[in-house]
Amino acid sequence: MTQHPLISVKNLNVHIDGHHILKGVNINIPDKSVTSIIGPSGCGKTTLLKTFNRLLDDTANVKVSGSVLVSDEDIYAPDAEVTHIRKKMGLLSQRPYPLPMSIYDNVAYGPRIHGVRKKSELDAIVEKQLKDTSLWSEVKDRLHGPAAKLSIGQQQRLCLARGLAVEPEIILGDESTSALDPISTHKIEDLFVRLKEKYTIVLVTHILRQARRISDYIIFVYMGEIIEFGPTEEVLLNPREELTKQYVKGFIS
Amino acid sequence: MGIKKRKTEETIFKALMVLACIMVGSSLFLIVGTIVVKGLPYLTWDMVSKIPQGGFYIGEEGGVLNAIIGSLYLAGGATVLGLCISIPISIYLNIYLKRGSFLSKSAKLAFDVLFGIPSIVYGAFAFSIMIWMGVRASLLGGVIAVTLLIIPILVRTLDEVIATVPKELKHAALSLGATRWEAAKVILRQIRPGIYTAVLLAFGRGIGDVASVLFTAGFSDNIPIYIDEPAATLPLAIFFQLSSPIPEVQGRAYASALILTIIILVIVVVSHFIAAKQTKHNI
Repeated sequence: MTQHPLISVKNLNVHIDGHHILKGVNINIPDKSVTSIIGPSGCGKTTLLKTFNRLLDDTANVKVSGSVLVSDEDIYAPDAEVTHIRKKMGLLSQRPYPLPMSIYDNVAYGPRIHGVRKKSELDAIVEKQLKDTSLWSEVKDRLHGPAAKLSIGQQQRLCLARGLAVEPEIILGDESTSALDPISTHKIEDLFVRLKEKYTIVLVTHILRQARRISDYIIFVYMGEIIEFGPTEEVLLNPREELTKQYVKGFIS
Repeated sequence: MGIKKRKTEETIFKALMVLACIMVGSSLFLIVGTIVVKGLPYLTWDMVSKIPQGGFYIGEEGGVLNAIIGSLYLAGGATVLGLCISIPISIYLNIYLKRGSFLSKSAKLAFDVLFGIPSIVYGAFAFSIMIWMGVRASLLGGVIAVTLLIIPILVRTLDEVIATVPKELKHAALSLGATRWEAAKVILRQIRPGIYTAVLLAFGRGIGDVASVLFTAGFSDNIPIYIDEPAATLPLAIFFQLSSPIPEVQGRAYASALILTIIILVIVVVSHFIAAKQTKHNI
């Protein structure tokens, strides 16, 4: 891996309610690429993703040790500013959760809380992000209508536009297509592939075919440990580890 | 189990459900019917526009305007004050504290206990504070007692409402770099209709409660102008009039009950109307 790692995890251990969820994780996630985290249910994929933007902070009885460096900045340092860290990472959750506002206000929400006030600037941001997520032509006539009235696939793209509007460096996707129909899934996947020119994308996915279609690198997690990390084709077609081989073949899930 | 047995079971339980609904519906009908039949003949314009004149309690001139205004002041003041206290509490417990943290769990338990305490206890407690502070029975004392009474109702209702908001909505706001207060504002937007329900429950409880205001608000035939003056309330007015042996006065007690019911009905309709208008953007 020649690229400079954007996210660098060193000896990360996470305990939730006394359970050891992540065990001594070391990983370097390369810049401007799509990295998929795969593994059986309950293996710690989502927890790993949530340590990146410190959403784990919201859960009680969590103990995190080790360090997570994002652009060489330790996000678990005592003086780290959480809102600043989270602004750098857009999160796309399993199901879309638009904010209870209009389509326009959803995209403008992030820039607004970070201090953009001028209407012309906000208009430009909203238009750009909706175009980037290929939503503009579908919604430009009802920008001030409720976001909740969009189809679920459109809502998910709106959530992506909302996340991109705060100019993150990283996009985190937590099984972002699992609630979507095949066409919407395809649109989101296309977006990821297009967006990796500008962003670093980390996805949690259950779907091996999806991981293969869109990711450059794959992290295989099993029982809280990183078993294998490497370029997509290598991990899926030529796994070094026996466990990975079994998972890819569908023997463990 | 055979299909026949399952169907019979279905029929039996459906019948029980319908029966329960009919029982509740008919008792509501009986209650409203009783006050309408007994109270309507005595519901004159004087009842709602005049304060008790001399000899009102033996069946002569006057009305219960003092109690109507007193009740609205008390319940309204207590609801506003209660909201000012309980909205921050529920935001803190549900949004600031981590989910399932010890403090949030124990606070919720405490509010459950407070919820179940009879209103006379709140009255007695507020009364003891008033004695300590040297405040006599007054509108202020009544508002304090009723506020104490409705805070647990407001907090628990808001709690339930916030619990219906998916945690991902909070996470969505947070992951855009929002502070917890900004995330709280998003959630407050989402639960606006629920806030009206909470207000409705609190106001209804406040305006109908008699035990908490018995010692604290006192009773007066005049409309209070300052908060240190005693204030009459409709439930107490009903109580006093109903204990009279004079049929005219007893009839007015039912008329007062009718007025109280109408006030609550208006509040219910208005709050439903407002709540329905607020759901446009809700997910």
